[in-house]
Amino acid sequence: MMVERGGWRVKSVRLWLPLGAYMIFTLFPFYWMAVTSLKPNSELYNRKIMPLIVYHPTFKHYVDLLTETNFLVWTWNTFLVATISTAISLVFGVMLAYPLARMRFAGSALIAFGVAATYLVPQPLLFIPLADIISSLGLNDTLTSVILTYPTLLIPFCAWLLMGYFRSVPHELEDAARIDGATRLQTMFKVFLPLCTPGFISAGIFAFTLAQNEFLYALIFLTQTDVRTVPVGAIAELVKGDVFYWGQLMAAALLGSVPVAIIYSFFVEHYVAGLTAGAVKQ
Amino acid sequence: MSTTALPAAVYVPVPRRASGFRRWTEREDVFSWLMIIPPVVFLLLLVGYPLAYGVWLSLENRPVARAGTFVGLANFIADAHDPVFWQVVQNTFVYTFFATVLKMVGGLGLALVMNQDFKFKNTVRALMLLPFIVPTVLSTIAWMWILDPAFAPVNWFLRYLNIANPGPSWLGNAHLAMMSLIIVNVWRGLPFYGITLLAGLQTISPELYEAATIDGASTWDRFVYVTLPLLKPVIYIVTMFSVIFTFADFQLVYVLTRGGPANATHLFATYAFDLAMGAGQLGLGASVALAMLPPLALIIVAMSIYMKPNKS
Repeated sequence: MMVERGGWRVKSVRLWLPLGAYMIFTLFPFYWMAVTSLKPNSELYNRKIMPLIVYHPTFKHYVDLLTETNFLVWTWNTFLVATISTAISLVFGVMLAYPLARMRFAGSALIAFGVAATYLVPQPLLFIPLADIISSLGLNDTLTSVILTYPTLLIPFCAWLLMGYFRSVPHELEDAARIDGATRLQTMFKVFLPLCTPGFISAGIFAFTLAQNEFLYALIFLTQTDVRTVPVGAIAELVKGDVFYWGQLMAAALLGSVPVAIIYSFFVEHYVAGLTAGAVKQ
Repeated sequence: MSTTALPAAVYVPVPRRASGFRRWTEREDVFSWLMIIPPVVFLLLLVGYPLAYGVWLSLENRPVARAGTFVGLANFIADAHDPVFWQVVQNTFVYTFFATVLKMVGGLGLALVMNQDFKFKNTVRALMLLPFIVPTVLSTIAWMWILDPAFAPVNWFLRYLNIANPGPSWLGNAHLAMMSLIIVNVWRGLPFYGITLLAGLQTISPELYEAATIDGASTWDRFVYVTLPLLKPVIYIVTMFSVIFTFADFQLVYVLTRGGPANATHLFATYAFDLAMGAGQLGLGASVALAMLPPLALIIVAMSIYMKPNKS
């Protein structure tokens, strides 16, 4: 760490001022969501009054959102899709990462390159052909369409992160299990994988937030209200033509963000580990 | 293990006759391939095949829900004669360049600020990542309302201070709309840079700074000759990622401007979307999406030449 010199004045210039300014920039949109969602329409659309505070807070927008729209259905769909596609991605991720990180075999370099390349394929390159494929399979407006396609975004990431984690585990335990006569599969399931729980949490939490965030495939594949996810539902149904239901939109934005933020808050360290994996070699 | 409870006689090792099949699956390469084949097949079907099918589509005249006819490179020729296409190319470069530079500089600044000892550091870091966690579409909706010309705080402030009345239409003017998009992109992407670069900074040994200080290096010297060279690999990877995903961005533009006003903010992804999903021209849309690859490859090659850390 740098040698600490100077008193509070130096510290406020070097630390608190830039940090404070940045935090205001970062957090203001969330404050604005909360404030807007509590305003009655008479305040929302009054350009004379100071917009940053609520004078007469009301829960009307929340009540309307929950009773007049399918918001709860969308929330459930989002949760279901994110959970299943994360689970699929973790299983396939392990199946890729374990041999790539722990075994020697012909073709491993090619597969590792392929996984990295798949991770970097931009999604817009795939959505038009995928839309055609999904509709010819008759999967339009089913959650299956996104449950099948989200893992294509998540598997390469999970595999990459897990490979890094797997490499850091010492070989001795596996060797001992092999000498004692365990098969490779037994060694993997009973000895190796239980050691890697933190790696699974990192990959899982990251994949889960990515899946909750996905928009393009959901927008194209899901056009019926009862199969939509929160981001698509909010954009497609709370904006009618040129009319924006701002109160409900902000309530939806806040309610849609809260579950992700709560899950994330429990696993911040794992999330950061996942975020920086690959870029930073410890 | 529960085996200790068993009578010793049961535990006499019975040499199981390993069948040929069993021995085969226990081979390192066979086991590896058996493990790897299912996910690879999955990815080939849902990434490899669509990619190839996209190339095929771009060579077809293919209206939605009807059979296509092979037209060769006609779609790409049509793109080259389409002024909107060239506008899209320019927009994408402007958007990617400014957003990336701002995120890189801002992220580095943020990482340096965060790399000091202070109270509540973990809380601050957790809050800082929120823009990156929260579903992008939802936070972008909030930004849209922040930038609303009539009822939003930005213009209220400008009116209050008598700077402008009624205040600019942030998403209605071509240049302001692009600027707004870049600001929102930076808002969302800065935490990724900041946190990753911070993790990079923390791997730099304090002894190097001490040695440099003893040799009479100023704060600036230490930054230029110690921090930057050691951080270069991390900066390279983070920027590479960020450029790819910024270049291919869709969500921000779709929510904030839908490519408007007058195509001033259309990017490759949103224009391809409009052509394919809006106008129903799957072939033409696929050709626009594919056209993003050569410039993207060019940027990546250029970055590799100029930014790649020397391995030796």
